[in-house]
Amino acid sequence: MHKQNNWVALNTIWIKECTRFLRIWVQTLVPPAITMSLYFVIFGNLIGDRIGRMGGFTYMEFIVPGLIMMSVITNSYSNVSSSFFSAKFQRNVEELLVAPVPTSVIIAGYVGGGVARSILIGIIVTMVSLFFVEVQIHNPLVIVTVVLLTSILFSTAGLINAVFAKSFDDISVVPTFVLTPLTYLGGVFYSLSLLPEFWQIVSKANPVVYMVNGFRYGFLGVSDVGITTSLSLLVGFNILLFGIAYYLLKTGKGIRS
Amino acid sequence: MNALDITGLRKTYKGGVEALKGLDLSVRDGDFFALLGPNGAGKSTTIGIISSLVNPTAGQVSVFGYDLHTQKESAKACIGLVPQEFNFNQFETVLQIVLNQAGYYGVPRSTAKERAHKYLEQLDLWEKRHARARELSGGMKRRLMIARALMHEPRLLILDEPTAGVDIEIRRSMWTFLKEINEQGITIILTTHYLEEAESLCRNIAIIDKGNIVKNTTMRALLSTLSTETFILDLAETGNQPTLEGFVYRMTGDHTLEVDVEKQEGLNPVFRQLSEQGFQVLSMRNKSNRLEELFVRLVESGRQQQGTARA
Repeated sequence: MHKQNNWVALNTIWIKECTRFLRIWVQTLVPPAITMSLYFVIFGNLIGDRIGRMGGFTYMEFIVPGLIMMSVITNSYSNVSSSFFSAKFQRNVEELLVAPVPTSVIIAGYVGGGVARSILIGIIVTMVSLFFVEVQIHNPLVIVTVVLLTSILFSTAGLINAVFAKSFDDISVVPTFVLTPLTYLGGVFYSLSLLPEFWQIVSKANPVVYMVNGFRYGFLGVSDVGITTSLSLLVGFNILLFGIAYYLLKTGKGIRS
Repeated sequence: MNALDITGLRKTYKGGVEALKGLDLSVRDGDFFALLGPNGAGKSTTIGIISSLVNPTAGQVSVFGYDLHTQKESAKACIGLVPQEFNFNQFETVLQIVLNQAGYYGVPRSTAKERAHKYLEQLDLWEKRHARARELSGGMKRRLMIARALMHEPRLLILDEPTAGVDIEIRRSMWTFLKEINEQGITIILTTHYLEEAESLCRNIAIIDKGNIVKNTTMRALLSTLSTETFILDLAETGNQPTLEGFVYRMTGDHTLEVDVEKQEGLNPVFRQLSEQGFQVLSMRNKSNRLEELFVRLVESGRQQQGTARA
């Protein structure tokens, strides 16, 4: 297929994906804004004042990057997993399988949709946070890089989940039993330095720690882990998951007989 | 060049079911080709492999000379598929569905919009372009799938039971449309359970059963193998029973006569004898579809041959 054709196909999938989540904005864009507002009110305002400073910042300032990252992770994952599984369920994924669309373009289109939604939600949550705290920016390049790599990573993970899923229950298992614990234990609400040494080591096996801390570094300039390590791991995981997603779609796992 | 060449195609599903057992098939460029077979014969598997929805176990498929394995994208670009089941996003509008499909094939948006207008108009769906797919009737959904398959202007259109569940009026209009696009040069492969449809539209035919082609010939040659046809005649009341010399016949009702007529005999002797006996024929029809009769016979003989070979 001609490069120009691939570009048209990619654009078509991406616009379709964006149209989908914008059409159901009450389900896709409003809930994260409400949930994060509640986090800001409860953890930031009500409880945060009693917790005191963390990493040299007020508790509210400390948790803002983590909460933004939490919404980016959950929304990028759920967007692609539910959209791709719906396409499988309604069988309209066949429209793509029949067409001469390269596997990498299919992945890029769906992942692009997940990234668009999660970035939009990240912006909404950031705007909401401005009502509670003055957001600082230490390094905008790190912020953009980390948020993009993280949303690509979890969008790809959502796609892989959808490929394996056989029912709608299957796409909620990973977010409930894997993603939520990893995110909550990923340093969104606390600094790893508060933990005993053993649990600090255990926490460093959690990939979300590197994303939250990398993102926090971009805002506040502080992090429990090195920014180079964070970025390297993000790039590594992205390559790994893209490879898995490519293999699954190319061989037709879960979508071809 | 053939539109489609299939050689030694095999498919064994995970459970061990052997759907295709070394199928060979060729379809000429410009043909209107019928692929018939009973349920579970392997039609949908064959179409699934041609359209890349099913992975073959072995064999080769080429579309207009492009190998489906090594030149996948060029081969796929030649094919338009109208599947048996509705497989579009029920929440998208008619226009979104056809425009997206064009986009997947790399058709620029401006060209896609022109084609959408053309095909939706031709298939009587333009007024419904902003309706969501789930709001359409069954017949409209079938036509939407045809419009969608034509958006990239394929050279080979595959229709898997395109008129299933569609009323007679719409079915006839779909036939007219399909004949028109075939005359414009698009090769069409049709599977259908309405054998009258295949007889009316197709020039060549293959009958598939249990993963093998049991007959592959022209429609005319196939129909010419029929030696006897049964006609049903409704007679006006006379109070008498007719007798027909030289024919096998029976009365199936008070005024209904069934006559078996050898092809070379024709119907004139039947009418002459009835007229001489003072009977008036009110109406006449074929007892069964000719192709249906042949189809059943060919499938049965194929199964008997397979049974003998195994024994």
